[in-house]
Amino acid sequence: MKHLLLTAIFCVISATSQAQDLLITNATLHTMGKAGVVQNADILIKHGKIERIAKKITPHHGIEVIDAAGKPVTPAFFAGITSAGLSEVEMVYEAVDSEYKELYTDLMHPEFDVRTAYNPHSSVVPITRVEGFGYTLLGATRGDRTISGQGGMVRFDGGYSSFEGKSAVFVELSGYAAEQVGGSRAVQWMLLQEAFAEMNSDEANLLSPMGKKALKKAAKESVFVFNTHRAADIVQVLKFVDQHNLSAVINGGREAWMVAPALAEARVPVILNSLDNLPTDFDSLGARMDNAALLHQAGVSILFSSGETHNSRKVRQLAGNAVSYGLPHDVALAAMTVTPANVFGGGNRVLSVGAAADLVIWSGDPLEVTTVAAQVVMGGIPDTMQSRQTKLRDRYLPQQPDMPRAYIKP
Amino acid sequence: MHRLIAAAAVVFTQTTFAAEPFPSTYEPAASQPTLIKNATILTGDGGRLEQASLLMANGKVQWLGSGDIPADAAVIDADGKWVTPGIIDVHSHLGVYPSPGVRAHSDGNEATAPVTAEVWAEHSIWPQDPGFTRALAGGITSLQILPGSANLFGGRGVTLKNLPATTYQAMKFPGAPHGLKMACGENPKRVYGGRTKAPSTRMGNVAAYRTAWIKAQNYIDEWAAYEASDKADKKAPLRDLELETLAGALKGEILVHMHCYRADEMMTILDMAKEFGYRVSTFHHGVEAYKIADELAEQGVCGALWADWWGFKMEAYDGIQENIALVDRPKGSCSVVHSDSDEGIQRLNQEAAKAMARGNAVGMDITPEHAIRWVTSNAAKSLGIEQHTGTLAPGLMADVVIWNQNPFSVYAKADQVFIDGAMAYDRNNPELQPITDFELGQLAEVAR
Repeated sequence: MKHLLLTAIFCVISATSQAQDLLITNATLHTMGKAGVVQNADILIKHGKIERIAKKITPHHGIEVIDAAGKPVTPAFFAGITSAGLSEVEMVYEAVDSEYKELYTDLMHPEFDVRTAYNPHSSVVPITRVEGFGYTLLGATRGDRTISGQGGMVRFDGGYSSFEGKSAVFVELSGYAAEQVGGSRAVQWMLLQEAFAEMNSDEANLLSPMGKKALKKAAKESVFVFNTHRAADIVQVLKFVDQHNLSAVINGGREAWMVAPALAEARVPVILNSLDNLPTDFDSLGARMDNAALLHQAGVSILFSSGETHNSRKVRQLAGNAVSYGLPHDVALAAMTVTPANVFGGGNRVLSVGAAADLVIWSGDPLEVTTVAAQVVMGGIPDTMQSRQTKLRDRYLPQQPDMPRAYIKP
Repeated sequence: MHRLIAAAAVVFTQTTFAAEPFPSTYEPAASQPTLIKNATILTGDGGRLEQASLLMANGKVQWLGSGDIPADAAVIDADGKWVTPGIIDVHSHLGVYPSPGVRAHSDGNEATAPVTAEVWAEHSIWPQDPGFTRALAGGITSLQILPGSANLFGGRGVTLKNLPATTYQAMKFPGAPHGLKMACGENPKRVYGGRTKAPSTRMGNVAAYRTAWIKAQNYIDEWAAYEASDKADKKAPLRDLELETLAGALKGEILVHMHCYRADEMMTILDMAKEFGYRVSTFHHGVEAYKIADELAEQGVCGALWADWWGFKMEAYDGIQENIALVDRPKGSCSVVHSDSDEGIQRLNQEAAKAMARGNAVGMDITPEHAIRWVTSNAAKSLGIEQHTGTLAPGLMADVVIWNQNPFSVYAKADQVFIDGAMAYDRNNPELQPITDFELGQLAEVAR
C-alpha cells in the first residue's frame, strides 16, 4: 500500500515538475505552530509560499496535486551542524574546506567564515535533501585554535548563497582541543578572555585587525557555539557568556543534564547527539541516553546533531531514540524544525499561511527508521527526489542487463 | 596439492603445538529453565511464529511451539513482545578501541608493518570497556573483535560471548574459529605509503598479500615435509607466529575477514583466493558490494555492511542505502549488518530496519523474519558459529532476546537478553544491568 502511494507521487512529479502552484491533499499536517497537528489538511502553495490550509480545497484547473493519503507532513528538517557543501569526501583533503589550521600566523581567526567556501553542487546536498532535510548549520570544524571560525544556516535549495539567520562562531573547549593550544583548558579560557579584551583595545597579539572587528560584531549579533561536553566546562561557558553578554549554545553536551537547571536559567540551548551514551573520554563520564529528555524536563531547548556530514540524515534516528528514552515526540520534531530557527534565525519553519513551503511528506512517523521521505518540497517546488545515490541505486537495480551498466543512465 | 599437505599439517598442529593457547574459560552463568510464551518469534533462519512458546533449559533451546515444561521453569509471558536469537556483530573493536578512547587504550592497530598476521586482537582486549555492557543492552550476545585495518594482514580476530568478565578468556566463544583480519585499499597504502614504505598503491597491496601467501604455503610445505620424515635426525622448523596464522587461513581453520570497499578490489581478492586455494568468509564494509552481488552469492561470500555510511573516504563514495538489500537479493546470498562502531553495535536491529526499509522502498518484499537473518544466522555463518548460535532451534545455544515490540523500529528495546539460557540483562531490573570496573564509582556525587 505504501509503495502504491509513493509510486503515485513520483508519477505526478515527473509529469509536471515545473508547476508553479501545488496542492497537497489529505495531509496529517504537523504545523509546528499554534495550530498543532491538523488532520486531513489540504495545503495550497503559490509562488513558493503556503497560500491556504483547509480541510478541503478544490484544485483549480491544471494545478499539480499530490495526495498525501493521510501521511505526516512536516517542515523540512534541520540536519544539524555539518560540512555539507564544504566536504565532498571527508578524507580527500583538497575537497574539504571546513577548517583552518597550520596557518602562517599564530592568531585566532574569528573572521574565517566557511560560508565563503560553500558549494551547493556538492553531491552531499541532494543526498541529504531527499531524506527530508532542508537546512543545515554550516560549521567551522576544529582546527588548531580555540576559535574555529564562523558559519551559519544554509538552505538546501541549490542556491550559491542561500544563507539565512545569524552567524555562528565556533569555539572549542575540551581536553582534546586543549592539548593543541597549550596543554590545559585553562589556557583556552585565558586565550578567549584575552581575545575578548583585545577586541576593544589597540593591541594585536591574538587577533588581526579584521579578526577584532569580526569578533566585536559577533559578540553583538552572532550565536557562539561552544563545543564541549564536561559539566564543569559548561559551567565555565555559562559564566563567560554571562560576563560578555553573548548569545550561546552548547554543542555536544554529553554531561549537560548534570547542569540542566543552570542551562535553563541562562537560556542556553544544547545541540546533542542523543545516541552518545558512552564515556568516550574523561569529559563524557556522565553520558547517558536520556540526556535529551532530562534537559527538556528542566526547560532547556534541545537540537540534534550527529556530528556527521555525509550521514547527517541519521538525525531522524537520533530524534527517534531520544523519544524512545523519554523525550516527547512533538519536542523531538520541534528540535529538527522550529527550535533551530529560534536559535539561529532564518525562516521560523512553522507551516502556516504565508510561510515558505519547505516541507516533507513522509511515508510514516518521521522519527521511525523504517520511514522514508516520500516527497520533499522546497520553496513550493517538488524535489526530483534524485541524488547521485538514487542514480547509482537505479543503475544497479536491474538484474542482468544486456549492456554494461555504464549505459544505464537513470 | 596444497590441500593434501595442509591436511597433514592439521594433524601435526594438533599434536605438537599447544593445542590452543589462551583457551576459552567461558562458563555460562547460572540459569533455570525458562519458558517464554505468547511471543512473536523470529527464528533467525527466516521463520516466524505467532503467539508462540519457546523453552530454554540447560543453556540450550529445548523446543519451539510446544513441548514438555519442567516444573521449576520460570515463565515469561511475552504477549505483544517479540523474540529473536541473540544479536551477533561480526565487526567490533570493543575492548581494543575501548571507551574512554584515550591513547593509552589505542590497541587496535599494530601499525608498524603491513603484515602483522602474528598479532591477536584478544591480547589487546580490555574487558572493562563499558561498550560491552551497552551492546548487551542492545541485545548483542556474540561479537567478533577484530584488529583495525591499517595493515594488509592485521592479525587474528576473536569471537566472544558478551557476558561481562574480568578476562577475555572468560568471554571467548568456545569452539569458535579465529578470524584473520585483512584490509584492501586506502588504509594500508595510506599508512605505509605515507612513510614511503610499501605498500603505497593498490597494486603494492596485492603484491604484498601474494608474497605473504607464498611464504605461508612454503611454511606449510616445510612442516609437512618434516612431519612426513622420520624426524630422528631432523630439527623441527622454527615456529613463525605470522606464518602460523596465514597457514591457518590457507587451511580454512581461520576464517578470512576482508575489509574491502570497492567492487573491483573485491573481485581481485576473490581471484587471489582462488590462486592460493583459500576462502574469503566475509567482505567487511563493502560499500560497493551491491555492484557484485551476484558474484558474492555465487562464491558463497558474506557481505558485512553498513546501512547508510558513506563518503568518509574516497573508496566509500559510492555507498547507497540499498546495499544490504541488493546484496541479499540473489539466491544463496549472505548479507550481514555489522557495526564497526560502539554506537552502532547497540542498535543493530535499527540498522537492519533501515536496510530493510530501503529495500522495500524500491519494490523488494523483505519481511522482518527475513531481515533478522542479517544480524543472526547470517552473522553466525560469517563467523563459523552457525552450528552453535544465530538460530532458535532445539539444541542450539539459548542466546535469546525479548524485545518490547517489533525490533524493526526505532522505539524497540531489548527487555531481556539471555546468553546460554541465563538472563544476562533485564531492562526492568537494575540488578541485571552490569556495570564495568571503569564506571564503578564515577561521578559518585551526581544523582543519577
